[in-house]
Amino acid sequence: MRNEARLGWALTLPALAAIAMVAVFPIFWTAWESLHFHDLRMPWLGRPFVGMANYVEAVSSERFWGAMAHTAVFTAATVTLELAGGLVLALIVDRFSRGRDLVRTAVLLPWAIPTVVVALVWRFLFESPAGIVNGVLLRLGMSPPTWFADATAVWVPLILADVWKMTPFVAVLLLAGLQNIDRSLYEAARIDGAGWGRQLTDITLPLLRPALLVAFIFRSLDAFRVFDVIYVMTGGGPGTATEPIALLTFSSLLQNLRFGFGAALSVIVFVVSFIFAAACIRVLGRDALMERVP
Amino acid sequence: MKVRRMLGALGVATVLAPLLFPLYWMVMSSFTQEARLFAAPALVPDALVLDHYRALFGGRDFWTPIRNSLIVAGATTGLSVGLGALCAYALARLQFRGKTVMLAFVLAVSMFPQISIVSPLYLLLRELRMINTYPGLVLPYLTFAMPLTIWLLVGFFRQLPAELEEAAAMDGAGRLRSLREIVLPLAWPGLATTAILTFLYCWNEFLFALSFTLGPERYTVPVAIALFRGQYQVPWGQILAAAVVATAPVAAIVLVAQRRIVAGLTAGAVKG
Repeated sequence: MRNEARLGWALTLPALAAIAMVAVFPIFWTAWESLHFHDLRMPWLGRPFVGMANYVEAVSSERFWGAMAHTAVFTAATVTLELAGGLVLALIVDRFSRGRDLVRTAVLLPWAIPTVVVALVWRFLFESPAGIVNGVLLRLGMSPPTWFADATAVWVPLILADVWKMTPFVAVLLLAGLQNIDRSLYEAARIDGAGWGRQLTDITLPLLRPALLVAFIFRSLDAFRVFDVIYVMTGGGPGTATEPIALLTFSSLLQNLRFGFGAALSVIVFVVSFIFAAACIRVLGRDALMERVP
Repeated sequence: MKVRRMLGALGVATVLAPLLFPLYWMVMSSFTQEARLFAAPALVPDALVLDHYRALFGGRDFWTPIRNSLIVAGATTGLSVGLGALCAYALARLQFRGKTVMLAFVLAVSMFPQISIVSPLYLLLRELRMINTYPGLVLPYLTFAMPLTIWLLVGFFRQLPAELEEAAAMDGAGRLRSLREIVLPLAWPGLATTAILTFLYCWNEFLFALSFTLGPERYTVPVAIALFRGQYQVPWGQILAAAVVATAPVAAIVLVAQRRIVAGLTAGAVKG
């Protein structure tokens, strides 16, 4: 047994050390950095300790709260649509026996292609004045907005692109949950005269709850740190109308080179994600996530 | 019966159309002349034009980002599957204290927001003079690739029957020998699935590649496409051709390995 423990540590150590070096150590570094003034454009000023000044600057700036609000809007909209869409998609796909491979490929493709490509393709579809979406809307007698110059309308292509890419992922997770449900339950329900709606609300949804919750957690955490799709499609614009917190952090760091301030924003993103994940695990019970190690 | 089948076909079509149309439109447009891209687009093109692909590989040297992406994604996948397999085997099969904590640790790291560690990684790589190098991307990529591979492989190793290893132990084979001669050969489908998923995540990664490269000679495919700008206007034809090129290997992987991918996605918890 001793030997086994020693072997266990020997086998796990290289991987865990790598993770500690590239992920855990940097988090502490970020926290330390966030308490300092550090501007790479002004190296002669050094790196003096400034306490909470970077955090104070962040929470007293309108741009920060704007970015938080944009992130919240994006997260709420995409997670809701993706869970609802994923459920519908999973229920439909679950019915098929024919063409299942074709459907599965089609469902996986949007998820598997680079987000950068998704963002560009949806920008192309919505491009004003003559993209295909506008062409169709004009033909239907509507007057489409100039999508990417309109601070409200710009959310439509952004959210649609993310929903198009990630709904299939949710569907795949839910489909696995659906296929674990004992079919005889539906037989019994049918014999008892329960219709399709009753079967959905009384059997499918309750039994799918764990899968739905896991999909909810992963999608929310992911949407909260959204970067790629917005950076590529709108650059946070028009102005800063769609700038999410991750993009504000990125530009503070690598465009303005304000590393102390950017680190403070990084810590805020980390802490919010951490609290959300901890709260979910609290509600779910720890095992729901750990159980997913099959 | 006939009605049912038609309804089924209708169902398939309503699912497939919105999923596939944007991709269809991307491919079609990439073969359309620039001047006609926004003028009178037709659902079925009358002529396929290769101009954009010629410009992409002739004028722009799109081979460089493809090579960069292959090197970085390949090295990251090899490294993380190699280290990850050892770690996952121990976590799945050996009995020792601290295992549960290690698994929780791996899961926690897999939830780290990438943006939170951009600044220290940038400073670290700058210190090591590794900005704009291949190792300067592979190291940051390990932050998401290692937890992913460990998590997936623990699941796959646990599914293998324990009896074979017990039999090998009876015959006097040590743990390492049974890992090499019994577990790894049996686990290759799981290893392949893990490698495929890790490769996909690396191929698609954008934020780190954007942060830690400085010029076209080290851009990966997503960065090269995202920073594609013409001098006066957006070169949509070339952008879409590049998008098709970036999607092609992914589409091929999905076509060949869809069953495995679904198994991987549903067996372990994978973040989107």
